[in-house]
Amino acid sequence: MLARMKQMMKKEFIQVLRDKRTRFILIIPPIVQMLVFGYAANFEVHHVPTVVLDYDHSQESRDLLSHFTASSYFSVQPPAADATQLHAVIERGGAAVGIEIDAGFARALRKGQPAPLQVIVDATNSNSALIAAGYVSQIASGFAQQYQRETMARIAPQWVAILPSVELASRPWYNPDLLSRWFFVPGIVGSLTLVLVITLTAFAVVREREIGTLEQIMVTPIRPAEFILSKTLPFFLIGLFDVSLIAVVGSLWFEVPFRGHISVLVLGAVLFLLCMLGVGLLISTVSATQQQAMVTSFFFIMPAITFSGFGFPISTMPHWLQLMTYASPLRYFLVVLRGSYLKGVGMEVLWPQMAAMAALGLGLLTVAILRFHKSLD
Amino acid sequence: MKDALPAAIEVKGLTRSFPGVLAVDAISFDVHAGEIFGLVGPDGAGKTTTLRMLAGILPPESGSMTLAGVDVVRDPERAKHALSYMPQRFGLYEDLTVEENIRFYADLFGVRRADREPRSLQLLQAAGMSEFRTRLAGRLSGGMKQKLGLVCALIHHPKVILLDEPTTGVDPVSRRDFWRILYELLAEGVAILLSTAYLDEAERCHRVGLLHQGNLLFCDTPANLKAGMPKAVLVIASRDTRNARKLLIGAQGISSMVIHGDDLRLVVDDAHTRMGPLKARLDAVPGSYDSMMQVEPTIEDLFVDAVGARDVAHG
Repeated sequence: MLARMKQMMKKEFIQVLRDKRTRFILIIPPIVQMLVFGYAANFEVHHVPTVVLDYDHSQESRDLLSHFTASSYFSVQPPAADATQLHAVIERGGAAVGIEIDAGFARALRKGQPAPLQVIVDATNSNSALIAAGYVSQIASGFAQQYQRETMARIAPQWVAILPSVELASRPWYNPDLLSRWFFVPGIVGSLTLVLVITLTAFAVVREREIGTLEQIMVTPIRPAEFILSKTLPFFLIGLFDVSLIAVVGSLWFEVPFRGHISVLVLGAVLFLLCMLGVGLLISTVSATQQQAMVTSFFFIMPAITFSGFGFPISTMPHWLQLMTYASPLRYFLVVLRGSYLKGVGMEVLWPQMAAMAALGLGLLTVAILRFHKSLD
Repeated sequence: MKDALPAAIEVKGLTRSFPGVLAVDAISFDVHAGEIFGLVGPDGAGKTTTLRMLAGILPPESGSMTLAGVDVVRDPERAKHALSYMPQRFGLYEDLTVEENIRFYADLFGVRRADREPRSLQLLQAAGMSEFRTRLAGRLSGGMKQKLGLVCALIHHPKVILLDEPTTGVDPVSRRDFWRILYELLAEGVAILLSTAYLDEAERCHRVGLLHQGNLLFCDTPANLKAGMPKAVLVIASRDTRNARKLLIGAQGISSMVIHGDDLRLVVDDAHTRMGPLKARLDAVPGSYDSMMQVEPTIEDLFVDAVGARDVAHG
């Protein structure tokens, strides 16, 4: 039995490694995707193109605008001549934020009245609009506070010392510079592995069905369980190799710290790969051709990533969708990845995730093997 | 061929249906060691279904099958060791070499290396493929691939060999090699069951079973089958066979007419009494035929007459 399995696996490795294209697929695209996604997947809002319109032409209005020019959050474009031009720039996408200071801005300030500042935000992407609007209000209130202090210093310098203010001392744990890349890189390790292992496994088995070797093998003394084991074990090892490759490239290139214990991450990867092999096998049992396998895996991969918390936080999903996320193995692996990379926590925190992946993996593999038996008839 | 030895393949009342079709209808036959048995029939007759059931990859609905004394349904794992099954398209790994394919199947059957090498050399030589050992299977011609399939299927010295239309789409040279290998195998005491749509190949089998719509119509040696045919075959040579055929429609005693190249083949109930009236009918149109003579019936005549179909494949 062992001799048969050894031969089966040897054949699998010869097939994978002999084909130049497969060899390439196992190494280059994961690295390239890691690098590209690492740069692209970013929630930070920087250098937002901003157009300004100043009807007031006062010392104060220029002062306020200079706060925007000085900030790296905004990239201030040549000023607009009138409101129509400002709207046109935003409409054609030349700017995402428009700041309009009406005449009388300085006069209102000097009188101690609320000075209106009109801000237009292109909210097509509501998330970055929200963040940009937040930055605008931060700058505006900073300007107001500074103006108050300056006015106070001029008319009643003795009061400045007791002017009340709240100073925020926020300490972002685990990611002190709030780099969203630190959040994404571990996630990319998980989602790339998911796509790679599922498609490779599903395709490898379906290909045997398609070229007729599956039927041929079933008339040899090899048992279905031996076949499945020796068919998936190589992809398990390849998956492990790819996880390590992506993880190393990701953390070295993007300088994401690894604070946890490597054995915890490896255990998580092993359990996650079990789930992925199960899914890949399951897809192969319902597909007669590689084309069908491709479509079927697409239907699994998209939701598995969407409901994993890779991009959209699970906590903001409606309750019934949150329940669905428990079915995505990636959800658990992401917690293990981020926990190991950023938080440095170990099994004492991550054991529920490990248990969930182990249960899902065993369940998926069992169903896949049962289905595989049926699909042979 | 029929001696005291137990049959290598024994099939009794084998039945299998698919939704809407009774593919194999309670057929029974047996094949002895040292014998080539041909299952003949048009597409959809149930040949592949029968072979797949014998190979243990399709469970039968009812009936029993034993291969080399092992019950296929009850003990499929033991049956597999004695068995070799070659489907219409043998599953080869095109990205492995000829040698690697052979080794792969040898190892799945647990063939020892010391046995494997001489066996593989002998089979490759018989197939005329000795110089292609290191070539990728994907780069072989269709006939070569089929022969490599046969080599892989025979590497473990099977006692029973099931071949499903092994020579369909194979060039004449490879076909000849194929049959030579099969005859050489008989010396090892194997039993060969093959299906074919080529009726000329049926004549090369020791015994033939005619399968039609899941039923076994005849089962005997080609000679006995032909001798036992109660009807006679007439061949009419004509430059316009279509016209000759038209002239004979409605004539008495004809049970079938098939155009075969420049000949029109008739199956009639009695040659002596029918030839005169038939000739007279053709003479009504001068030059409508050149000659008419009685010939020995072939398996094809028998089959066409039995099935009454005109779409039987020609060899």
